[in-house]
Amino acid sequence: MTPNPTIFTPLLLISMASFAWGCWKRFSLISLGRSEDRFDNIGTRFGDMLLYAFGQKRVVAKPFGINHFIIFWSFIILLVANTEFLLHGVFPSVSLTNLPDGILMPLLLLLDIVSLLALAAVAAAAVRRLVVPPYPEARTMEAFFILFLIATLMLAYFGINAAKISTMQEGGRVLARVWMPVSSVFAGMVPVAAGAYVYGFSWWAHALALLAFMCYLPNSKHMHILTAIPNCFFQRLGKPNTQPREEFTVGNTFGVDRVDHYSWKDLLDSFSCTECGRCQNVCPASITGKPLNPRAVIHNIKVNLLENGAALKKGGAPQTPLIGESGEGSVSEESIWACTTCGACMEACPVFIEQMPKIIQLRRHLVESEAKFPEELLNLFENMEGRSNPWGIAPTERTKWCSQLDVKPFDKDKTEYLFYVGCAGSFDSRNKHVSVAMSQLLDRAGISWGILGKDEKCCGESVRRLGNEYVFDKMARENVAMFIERGVKKVITQCPHCFTILKNDYRQFGLELEVIHHSELLRNLVQDGRLVLDKTTQYMGATVFHDSCYLGRHNDVYDAPREVVRAATGQAPAEMGRNRNNAFCCGAGGGRMWMEEQVGERINLTRVKEALEQKPETICVACPYCMTMFEDGLKDVKAGSVKVRDVAEVLAEALLR
Amino acid sequence: MLIVVCIKQVPDTTQVQIDPVTNTLIRDGIPFIVNPYDTHALEEALRLKDRFGCKVAAISMGPPNAEGTLRKALALGVDHAILLSDRVFGGADTLATSKVLAAAIAKLHSDVEEVGLVLCGKQTIDGDTAQVGPGIASRLAYRQLTLVDKIVNLDLSARKIRVSRKLEGRHEIVEAPLPAMLTVVRELNRPRYPKVQMRLAAAEAVVEVWNNKTLQLDEQKIGLKGSPTWVSKIFSPERDKGEILGDGYADPDGAAAQLIDKLMAKDMLPL
Repeated sequence: MTPNPTIFTPLLLISMASFAWGCWKRFSLISLGRSEDRFDNIGTRFGDMLLYAFGQKRVVAKPFGINHFIIFWSFIILLVANTEFLLHGVFPSVSLTNLPDGILMPLLLLLDIVSLLALAAVAAAAVRRLVVPPYPEARTMEAFFILFLIATLMLAYFGINAAKISTMQEGGRVLARVWMPVSSVFAGMVPVAAGAYVYGFSWWAHALALLAFMCYLPNSKHMHILTAIPNCFFQRLGKPNTQPREEFTVGNTFGVDRVDHYSWKDLLDSFSCTECGRCQNVCPASITGKPLNPRAVIHNIKVNLLENGAALKKGGAPQTPLIGESGEGSVSEESIWACTTCGACMEACPVFIEQMPKIIQLRRHLVESEAKFPEELLNLFENMEGRSNPWGIAPTERTKWCSQLDVKPFDKDKTEYLFYVGCAGSFDSRNKHVSVAMSQLLDRAGISWGILGKDEKCCGESVRRLGNEYVFDKMARENVAMFIERGVKKVITQCPHCFTILKNDYRQFGLELEVIHHSELLRNLVQDGRLVLDKTTQYMGATVFHDSCYLGRHNDVYDAPREVVRAATGQAPAEMGRNRNNAFCCGAGGGRMWMEEQVGERINLTRVKEALEQKPETICVACPYCMTMFEDGLKDVKAGSVKVRDVAEVLAEALLR
Repeated sequence: MLIVVCIKQVPDTTQVQIDPVTNTLIRDGIPFIVNPYDTHALEEALRLKDRFGCKVAAISMGPPNAEGTLRKALALGVDHAILLSDRVFGGADTLATSKVLAAAIAKLHSDVEEVGLVLCGKQTIDGDTAQVGPGIASRLAYRQLTLVDKIVNLDLSARKIRVSRKLEGRHEIVEAPLPAMLTVVRELNRPRYPKVQMRLAAAEAVVEVWNNKTLQLDEQKIGLKGSPTWVSKIFSPERDKGEILGDGYADPDGAAAQLIDKLMAKDMLPL
């Protein structure tokens, strides 16, 4: 049972080869992905990696994350002890004890305490997984096996030290009690006579656990300890709120229906996921019982890559379909269409996996290459392409909302701001009131503004999120050309979907605009004293504010709409349990506005109920889709006395009435 | 067997307005679309192609810019796209139009492949006459089956087709030998959506243009000269102004009750 280099060395070499082979296989699978430049701004990336991978910033954002932080840093610190252990196994003369006492002693103390912390954290993790798992399916053998291996390493470490201490002279034991307090406690349990046996047993237990880890690691979800760090480094700088353009030439493929059509970063994502389940716990589709689970999407991409990798490397066709109903390794069409693109999954992921863009790639394939999509989208696609609005209303009716108002057309020589009204603001009977309120507020503040009128076209947001990039591309190019021709520089939008498209997506088409959401503009006008409130309105009663995903999470505008409500009512709006970057989607994003929702509880009902917990008389929103979803939801729960109002309406009420 | 679909480029009539002074359509800036009924004819032809492997040709008579309409048909999967365009075809009424289309179909029949079916929309949304399809059938001596909402059976070996016709308040199942001309209603099918690869290919594909040199028709019998119908005036019918019943915001139930009473009184709510 004593450590024996002649037995250990070949075992170590085999394990190292197995580890290297496993890593190489994974790496070669990742390299099957398409190219994507993630090597810009190396400095920023390095900083992000330190903060999020080593600093574990997002991990510790959740209460139990501290447990992971302890395990992670224990692992880093114990690398010293484990490296020594492996070297010592091969070359017995290599030992930490060769270090001068001034370094050795504090180091031993550190390793001793860290090992105890790690053991406690692993035990806590095991108990948590048994009693209150992060999600029910999290109680996997794999998870417990990994925890078991870590616990074995710690216990064996104490065993080795305890055995050493038990055979020491009295002086050594006294010293050990100071510098290895935990091991000394264990030493008390080891009879001197059994010392050699315990040492040998612990040493081999430690050796085998370590070698088993090496062999197992690249083949398990625990691979994340190697991939999560580069994944934080290669994360998308800025917000993942746009999708890449496609090149529409004959012979190209569109979207993704086989795993090697994803980029290498997408594939790295799949190996970085350790299935913590934070994404599914915030996903509106998962929570309300839809078949979509962002964790499963990433997991299935990984399984698909593992199953098809060998064939793909040889240039063959994949056997397991990426899109399909065949279970593990495939993503079902129903789940692909369930995504609201709210971005909650990406906000929650501690290692910056980008779930949403992968889903949109799958949609692109279905729409563009197979013309396969829920049937209610056929009208939407045709209306958007033919009449540039979701309802297929005649474009000549775009200005009906202001037919009784004195609204001027945008003129680049005379007008400062283009008020891009948007389809909802132009055609939706409820949302037209918001457009009217906006026009009154802009006039009151003396803003120089104008509209494109009948020439205004839809921004194309819904079709882009629905994967109809071909049509979006056309719409975007037309809009960009018109904006350039008309000399538009500054734009006000009242819809976060128009806002994000004009601000972020059109950049890909060569258009840099100064886009301001109406809530930001109104906040500024109040702050600058251009809109002077001499009274606040009591008309709204108690208010609660709902964050629009594309205003908040995707574009970081959280305070402006709240400040507008506070200015108008004299009180900050109440907050729902889930607010700001944790806000829960209304259910209309990602083109879901135009689709039926037949499975599970309706997302808008879930959110409406959450809002009603605050006992509001008015639910304040800053998005026409949210407005529709809340109004519908309130009718469904028979809470018709509660009103939904856009922040512009709230301000107009205080200012103009 | 070749299936010929006749399609027409029409102005998007929901966006067309009539000039109150001249009583003519204001066509400036109005986008063109494929006549909606024709999209169902096209879809049915493509479904028969998918099922039986027959070839599909789309033909359209119109100005050179009607080529866009045929490219849409190519994007959906037709095998041939032919634009019938010539100044002498212009100004045609339904009679003259059906002569040109019939001549083109006859040419396809002799030059390309035997024509078994001609599919048309039941009418166009700009002219609304529903005469061109039957006109083609008469000129070609094909059986005509109008207002088809379902192809019940197509038997290529027995050269027979059985269809359901959607009439007012009833359906009629009829059978005819091929070749036959069908006009179709919207209930027939749900048109497909084009795939991007097909759209890109269609943008580069050749749309054949046939003029009267190709068809060799008597110029006195086609176009404006061959059209006995003259449009003397177009106008929007006067419509009685509606009334607002009750208050839908304050008292939706009361407003709904009033509406029901009103409709019952006019015998417009069948009970």
